[in-house]
Amino acid sequence: MKIYLPSPLRRYADGAKEIPVVGVCVREVFLNLKESHPSLFAQLWDEEAGNLKKYLNVFVNDENIRNLQGPDTPVEEGDVLSVIPAIAGGSSR
Amino acid sequence: MKAVKTMLSEAQIIRYSRHILLPEVGGRGQEKLLASKVLLVGAGGLGSPAALYLAAAGVGTLGVVDGDAVDLSNLQRQVIHKTADIGMLKVESARETIRQINPDVQVDIYPEFASADNIERMLAAYDVVIDGCDNFATRYLVSDAAVLLGKPYIYGSILRFDGQAAVFAPPQGPCYRCLFPQVPPAGAVPSCQEAGVLGVLPGIIGLIQATEALKILLGVGKPLIGRLLVFDALAMEFTILKVARDKKCPVCGDAPTIACLSAENYRQAPCTVDESENQR
Repeated sequence: MKIYLPSPLRRYADGAKEIPVVGVCVREVFLNLKESHPSLFAQLWDEEAGNLKKYLNVFVNDENIRNLQGPDTPVEEGDVLSVIPAIAGGSSR
Repeated sequence: MKAVKTMLSEAQIIRYSRHILLPEVGGRGQEKLLASKVLLVGAGGLGSPAALYLAAAGVGTLGVVDGDAVDLSNLQRQVIHKTADIGMLKVESARETIRQINPDVQVDIYPEFASADNIERMLAAYDVVIDGCDNFATRYLVSDAAVLLGKPYIYGSILRFDGQAAVFAPPQGPCYRCLFPQVPPAGAVPSCQEAGVLGVLPGIIGLIQATEALKILLGVGKPLIGRLLVFDALAMEFTILKVARDKKCPVCGDAPTIACLSAENYRQAPCTVDESENQR
């Protein structure tokens, strides 16, 4: 199982596009990052809310967890979790 | 064989012959394109390739909205503008280039930035809108206006080596707010000005937007409705992710709370990021 990171987040994972992860649900996968990738974890997790940051979308394979069971969505070996942030660039300036 | 009547001139039949050969377009489809109107919000990285190819394809009317002037730093990717255009209003530079590509195309220029006061007036006259703006406030504004006016909103966004594209056309599918209900806080997401962008990236995403516009105008194929295309240039990977309509969406949901555009809802958050963020 792995998390796919878009290029703006890769600097928090030593430039890696994907990082191997473990856990039985989305929440556990992300909480496990606190130890293995603390700076990445800080970018993704809202400690106060105890949840993923609201402006991020997390997909398990091609399904948004908002349309599944949110952070309680179960995951299993072979799944790919994708973090998709809102980006605004149209490169006007 | 009975001759099929066409509104196309002889020169147009030659100009658009490679379109006309396609059964999905044909003479009727080309006439449809010539009668179509596309509004481009932003004549920058995304708007440039979209405008160039939609003009070449014979989309009859292109509206171009941009209050900026051409800057030297734009030319690495904003291919509708040239070195000699520096200092000129982008809408004027874009109109000049489009005219040189295809005199069939009428270009309506709006030398202003999209705002709650002008977007509905501008968008009302067009069939679809292509979003090539560079900030969240304008994205939410254009998306909301498109929902309220029932116009397909063709989304594209880029940063560094990544791009996203989708077609938002409720009630057929979700709107931009269904996918991104929360505006990122100021400084959370850098802009291209701050974090950079690979020069070819807007070309790829802008042409995906143009492709979706042509498909919608022609009524062919399967548009990117309910699907988000994510492009990773470093890995050269395209990924499609499902996006569902949010019944609680404040603009396209079952009980919308946004029924009109109010300027205070679309204030541009300051885009400052600290130095460490800036290196992302």
